[in-house]
Amino acid sequence: MKKDLITVNQNGLYCESGDFYIDPWRSVNRALVTHGHSDHARYGSSKYLCADRSLHIMQSRLGRGAHIQTVVYGKTMTINGVEVTFYPAGHVLGSAQILVSYKGERWVVSGDYNVSPNRSCDPFEPVKCDVFITESTFGLPIYNWKPEEEISAEINAWWRINAFENRACILYGYSLGKAQRLISLLDPTIGKIITHPGVEALNNAYRLTGVDLPLTIPLNEIKDKKGFEGAIIIAPPGAEGSSLEKRAGESETAFASGWMQVRGNRRRLNSDRGFVLSDHSDWKGLISAIQQTGASRVLVTHGFVNTFVRWLNENGFNAAPLETMYSGDAGDDDTAGTGEEQG
Amino acid sequence: MKDFALLFRSLEETTSTNRKISALISFYESAPREEISYAVLYLTGNKPRRIVSSALMRSWAAEEAGIAEWLFEECYQVVGDLSETLSLIIPDSGKSGLFKMGEIVGKVFPLLAAADEATKKEIVKDIWRNMSVNERFLFNKMIGGSFRVGVSSQIVITSLSRYSGLPESVIAQRLMGKITPSADFIDVLLAEETTRDISRPYPFALAYPLGNEPEELGEPGEWQAEWKWDGIRAQLVKREGKVFLWSRGMELINDSFPDIISAAAELPEGTVLDGELLVMLDGKVLPFNSLQQRIGKKSPGKKLISANPVYLMAYDIPEYDTADIRDLPISERRIKLNQVISGFKGDDNRILLSPVLDFNSWSELREIRRGSREMGVEGLMLKRKSSPYFDGRKRGDWWKWKVDPLTVDCVLLYAQPGHGRRAGLFTDYTFAVWDNGKLVPFAKAYSGLTDKEINEVDRFVKANTIEKFGPVRSVTPMLVFELAFEGLQLSTRHKSGIAVRFPRISRWRRDLDIKDADDLQKLKEYLKAISPGDADAGS
Ligand SMILES: [Zn+2]
Ligand SMILES: [Zn+2]
Repeated sequence: MKKDLITVNQNGLYCESGDFYIDPWRSVNRALVTHGHSDHARYGSSKYLCADRSLHIMQSRLGRGAHIQTVVYGKTMTINGVEVTFYPAGHVLGSAQILVSYKGERWVVSGDYNVSPNRSCDPFEPVKCDVFITESTFGLPIYNWKPEEEISAEINAWWRINAFENRACILYGYSLGKAQRLISLLDPTIGKIITHPGVEALNNAYRLTGVDLPLTIPLNEIKDKKGFEGAIIIAPPGAEGSSLEKRAGESETAFASGWMQVRGNRRRLNSDRGFVLSDHSDWKGLISAIQQTGASRVLVTHGFVNTFVRWLNENGFNAAPLETMYSGDAGDDDTAGTGEEQG
Repeated sequence: MKDFALLFRSLEETTSTNRKISALISFYESAPREEISYAVLYLTGNKPRRIVSSALMRSWAAEEAGIAEWLFEECYQVVGDLSETLSLIIPDSGKSGLFKMGEIVGKVFPLLAAADEATKKEIVKDIWRNMSVNERFLFNKMIGGSFRVGVSSQIVITSLSRYSGLPESVIAQRLMGKITPSADFIDVLLAEETTRDISRPYPFALAYPLGNEPEELGEPGEWQAEWKWDGIRAQLVKREGKVFLWSRGMELINDSFPDIISAAAELPEGTVLDGELLVMLDGKVLPFNSLQQRIGKKSPGKKLISANPVYLMAYDIPEYDTADIRDLPISERRIKLNQVISGFKGDDNRILLSPVLDFNSWSELREIRRGSREMGVEGLMLKRKSSPYFDGRKRGDWWKWKVDPLTVDCVLLYAQPGHGRRAGLFTDYTFAVWDNGKLVPFAKAYSGLTDKEINEVDRFVKANTIEKFGPVRSVTPMLVFELAFEGLQLSTRHKSGIAVRFPRISRWRRDLDIKDADDLQKLKEYLKAISPGDADAGS
């Protein structure tokens, strides 16, 4: 039997022929990184390779001292005779699916991906391959995303009502990706957009990369309660219930995540509102992505792994689980992992 | 239906009373009046009856979504609510606002109720395809008979009062009685003057639980004490020769209690009595479950009635001789009540007078209260002699001084995920006590823990699961809880042989090891103490 081009060992996804890792969870010599979330981009490896659109984010995550090499989307590089190409994954800015080709065999490691449009990053691009490694964070048919314009309208309507009543809005979203996407969906004519420091650091990385975000005001520049009236504050979920809510005076809070699709999660939330906005593919998105790869084999990582594998196998695909240390949507919450403090 | 579905969603998503009230007010401002009438109907305790079984809805939804039953089950486990799972898996067509509540309730429901299974399926599927996720959720809740919303009638009354500018008491009284949803109903509800509905009861005067000792209430002479009966609170209305029996849930319950209705024929014209429905045999109050057999049963047979005869234990009279006498002090109302009840002739009077208890000091009353369990009552009611029959709850005038609940320390044995608000968290627990060195399950309880504790128990369950049986998990017996309950009785359906009433978790005994948990013997002793009659049933 032919050996797999990519296998999992104690350090992460490993390509033996090219002697490199993809999104390793331990320190290794050479790490190819799909995107900046802490469960995929971990501190401590000697050399990193990422998409060039990810550079400023990686620097902010891994520290300026990290040895980071970049490559543009679609350009093929050779590492020890193995070809690697990065393609946009539509998850966060600079996120990539990595195509690994060797002796005519093509494997794609997709990291986290989202096939629905996201105006703050490059759109997902399907890549033909033999073996497709997919996440399954929202791999159940109850997860169906509405177009982001609809969510944008919901959020702005909520903000407008509160602004009208001079209340502040506090909108929680993961600091990398979700926060910038939320900011790009806001209507800046309603009021001020204020950002938590963890979010602002990544806004800068987005702006340096050329993404046009509306004007944001760092939280520490607001000196009194009056400054929060009618404004929206974008903060990571880790800041929830902290002094922020006290500081902002009369306010309403909301949380934006794919998990908000389920009412039980909305109710359990400490926030007043839940907006259904995800940077991962929904059920149909996962299936269409897999179909478009034409892969003869699908390996399923973090999420509803067993359910999704069973569904794939019952519906004409050839799928198996692949045990990794990625943590799905929770991995997007950097307040829990290697956070801004290192950048 | 679109507005109501959105309202339903906002009500579900906030726990703040003020936010609920503002959501309701903005709904009144934007929704058509007929839609508002349905919201008022369903938010004041009326529930649509189930017309489609959940098993059928499940299979139709799986079919419509093109997914296998096992995948449906997986989804249900994650969502935790059937109606919601159904609404989420059906592909969204982007359609919404196509149905009015009046069409759904007035036309579709009767059609569904009369249709055969195949037709039912076609109707339901067609509606699903033409609704938004929110609307489908509401629709499923209604046809599945599981419509419930975390809003009290009081919130509805307050919001309507703020919206219309009418006093809450007017709204409350107009809302009692039968609601026939229509735009006209809302016009009448919110109109300045309205014609009087002869069936309408008064808003029930409610009591607060007495937190401290009665000494703090001051002079015992200013207080009237009665037994706190353990039955169904009801108002019996007699006007223009007709009789209406209302439960506190604002349900007209004439059909279930024909024995009370015929007894009420003797009542004088223009009388409203407030009291408790009880099942009594030979002057002794029977446990609540005998009453339970009567509650749900419309047009009960002779046998059921004679085995479980119901009495109204009357303790107040808000209307006397066609006049609203709610503003008179209870001491004076009591005199009128005596007159009315003593007017009954015959020997099997189904309308009785709840006695006023004689006492001179609080310690004397405390002594009387000790006899509560033996009397089959929950404790005492204390009413200020000068108190009017007020509308709803008023702090300081009426108190319930219940006997302390029975408690037992028991061990967590099984857990299963809750539905609704706590979907996905392990919140439904089964507890066990010791019996000959073995833990026997004896009660289920859902409430009593804080959110923080629930999360902690949830993590414990996930980390200490021994076996899974469907959604139920057995866990390593490690956690001890104190369970409080109101009463208990022998049961053949329970492994332990005992069924407890209103069990709830009173605290988490982190200080106890499972070997310190109580023995079944303790429950048996409680049983003996409460119903000495059961021990020698023959006498
Ligand atoms: Zn990610
Ligand atoms: Zn991930």
